[in-house]
Formats: sequence, structure tokens, C-alpha cells
Amino acid sequence: MTPPTSSLRTFGQPHSYPGKLIIVEGIDGSGKSTQLLLLQKWLESQGHNVFFTEWNSSDLVKETTKKGKKSKSLTPTTFSLLHATDFASRLYHSILPPLKAGMIVLADRYAYTAFARDAVRGVSRSWVRKLYSFSIQPDLAFYFKVPIDTAIARLLGGTRGQFKYYEAGMDMGISQDVTESFRVFQSRILSEYDKIVDEYGLTVMDATREIEEQQDDMRAVVTKALEHYKPKRGGYGKRTAVFWRRFGVSKPE
Amino acid sequence: MAKGRQYFGDGLAYLNPSDLKGKLIVIEGTDGVGRSTHIELLQEWLEVQGYGVITTGWTRSSLMSRTIDTAKEGNILDHWSLSLLYATDFADRLEHQIIPALRSGFIVLADRYIYTAFARATVRSGDPTWIRDVFGFAIVPDLVCYLRIDADTLALRVLESNGMNYWESGMDLRLGTDLYDSFKKYQTLMIEEFDKMAEEFKFEVVDARKSLEEIQEFLRAKIQPLLRSAHSRGLARVPAGAADSATEGS
Repeated sequence: MTPPTSSLRTFGQPHSYPGKLIIVEGIDGSGKSTQLLLLQKWLESQGHNVFFTEWNSSDLVKETTKKGKKSKSLTPTTFSLLHATDFASRLYHSILPPLKAGMIVLADRYAYTAFARDAVRGVSRSWVRKLYSFSIQPDLAFYFKVPIDTAIARLLGGTRGQFKYYEAGMDMGISQDVTESFRVFQSRILSEYDKIVDEYGLTVMDATREIEEQQDDMRAVVTKALEHYKPKRGGYGKRTAVFWRRFGVSKPE
Repeated sequence: MAKGRQYFGDGLAYLNPSDLKGKLIVIEGTDGVGRSTHIELLQEWLEVQGYGVITTGWTRSSLMSRTIDTAKEGNILDHWSLSLLYATDFADRLEHQIIPALRSGFIVLADRYIYTAFARATVRSGDPTWIRDVFGFAIVPDLVCYLRIDADTLALRVLESNGMNYWESGMDLRLGTDLYDSFKKYQTLMIEEFDKMAEEFKFEVVDARKSLEEIQEFLRAKIQPLLRSAHSRGLARVPAGAADSATEGS
């Protein structure tokens, strides 16, 4: 066997790009997206050019995931692989170019989401880690830790009002009751996250505190991480996500 | 006694492969070597003898085939995504098609298998390890027959049939200035990869420049020993009527 080419296994060692990659993790209802949005507003107000990317959002894979979910034909392995494909595509198109150009990239969920979720769905932990070995190690990874009851209360009381089928792990046959299924499934994810926090040294945030308190802490941590960072930008104002133009493919309706 | 069924690497943690009693036979080889013709002939040969046969082909899953086509139209560029799309397609077929068929005692004829993905990814990235890890959930086949051809003959055959396409020419790798140069260089690299794997994974190699009859005879000779042992272990037999109608159809 040819020995592994270590330079191609980028996860687990700091990247050498001039930009910064900041990611947030946590279960649904942990408030991580709110915190990331507030961080983005602040960074932009400081004059930074910020790029944002979120889990499972590439055009190519979204359609397929939707189709698979609709026909309920996804297995733990295809579910995992589809998300890895989406991630690879976003890494290549949305994360690497700005990082190489020296800009700041914010990611709502990262490979750790797959490590946690896919393990709970029953795929091999070592396999899913190998799957993502090409990804870039973030400069900062925040984990928003929240008790399951707080998350449920936020989701039910909030704008969404109900749980989504796969978020609640309804495909796993845990319970017919969506809330109960969500509780069991997401509790298992929480305990996976606890292991991941130790394994990868994520920065743990107490997600039960007030929004602005958490944000103050987050900004303090980010300020420290950006100490030696030299912001870069072109001559134009803010352009959101247009640096990569697709060609020859009509937009799905 | 044949040893039990195995996964390549980290397998499907939720599925024990030991009760998969059918046979998994893989035909590998680049486009233009006549894989599909040989698979058709093999299927007929096996069905006439009363064996249940299903065929499965690369990128033909119901979940993924359209997505892969879209990707190849230029919506995707990086080799990770392409490899992972192939892996998703393969996983879908493995779990919904190949494994259920093997469990019921069918013979599965696979038109290309993970080795195609290994070769394409390794030629593109130089790293043979990651792609093998990704496909760790694949089942080790009972037999891999590789229809080997040289790049010169292949170029002639492809030009005479469908012509060279962008991906089969490896144009994404910018190996040459035009389709023909790129095709030759890319296919030469692919053949080198396959030659290495032929040793590593013990492929049965047949020269694809031989006549159709000679190649078919070779394939049948390699498959025959698997059948005898499989037969005594309760392989599914298709009723005589079904085999007859399959014969009439061609």
C-alpha cells in the first residue's frame, strides 16, 4: 500500500491561509445561528469583509437531499455522504477562496455536526472522521451548549412552532410523538457533542445565558483570535456570495 | 470453504454482511471495452442455467443519477465532491439493490465498482488513501474481472463509437491542449492505476483486444467455479419459465 500523503489530510492541523475560519456548533434551538448573525454584524461594522456559509445549502445537493427525504429512501450512510458532498462543494466554492484571499469566513455548523449526527444515526465514528479528513481546521469553533428542555421550549415557543421530520430523528423510529422523538434523538446528539468538545477542543459557550451576554463573550474571544490578523479587502463595497458565478445551469424553480 | 463476507474498511456498522449468500461479480474496465455487452451475455448465460441475476451500473441509482449528470454539466469542479457523489450513488445502490439481492441469493453483476472511483480520485488527487476510506462500507466482491486495453486502441474504439467526452478525457485535469491529447494522457494514467490495483486486489485480467467470444469464454471460466460452490449453498433459482422468456427476448 502507498503510504498516506500527510499533506492532504488537512483536518487536525492549523491551516496556513491568511484568512480566518470561525464556526458555530450546537443542536437546534441552542441559539448558535443568532449568535453567529450578531457576530457577523459586528465584524462588518468593524470594516471586515465577511463570508457566510451554512450546513447543507449547496444547490447541487439540496435538491437530492430533498428528494431522498421525500421518498424516505435515505439510509444513515447515504444521508451522511450527501452532507459530506454538500460540505465538500461549499468548502471548495465558498470557504477556501475567501480564506486564501485573507478574508473572514463564518460557518453555521461544520464537520462536527456530521460527527455528532451521523454517529447517532449509526454510522461508524471512525469512518465519518475519515470522510471529512480533507476539511480545513477552523481557527475558532464555538459550541453552544444547551439543556434539551431549553432547546425544546425555544423551538416550540419560537417562530418555527414545530419540529422537522429529520431534525426530530423521526426516521429512526424512536417514537411516534415528534416532540418525544426530538428529545431522545437530540439528547443523544448532545452526548456525542460532549465527546467531540474534548476530542477537538471546541470553545464551549453557556447557551442558557442572555443573548447579549453570550455575544459579549463571543466577541471577546474573536477579538483575541484576530489580534494578528490583517484584514484584506478589494476596492468594492460588500458583495455577498457573488465571487463564484455558476454557469450554464438554470436555477431550479 | 470460502471465508465470510467482508467490508473493505469501516463497514456499515448497522448491518452484518455474513448472511449475504449470493455472489457479487464485478466487471471493471474503461469506457469502450465492451463491459455492458459482456454483462448482457453473462446474464443470459446465468439465467438460462436457472440462476437469479441482477445487474447494477455505476451512477445508476434512482437517488443520484440526475444529480451526477447535473454536476458533470459543469456545476461542480472539485474532486472531493465528485468522489462523494459517486460514493453516495454507490451507497444507495448497495443498500437498496446489491445487499437485498445478495441476501436473497442472487448473482449480482456489477458494471464497474469502487475501483473506478479509486482510479479516478487517485489520478486527480495523488492520494489513494482517502478515497479508499470513503468506500470502506463497500462489500468485497467474490470476483473482479478487468477488461484491460491500451490507450491507443481505446482511443480508436472510442472515436469509432460515441466520440470522446469531457470527463472520459479528463479535461478537468488540463492534461493536454485538445480532447485527443488529454484523452490519451488521462486514460494512460487510469490504466496505470488499474494495473496497480489489479495486483493489489487480485483482479482477473483479460486483454480487451481479444474477440468477443474469447473474452466471454474467459469470463465464464472464471465465474463457473463460484457457481458450483454457490449452488450447493442454496443460491436462488429462477423458475424455468422465466429463464426461457429471457432467452427469447434477445
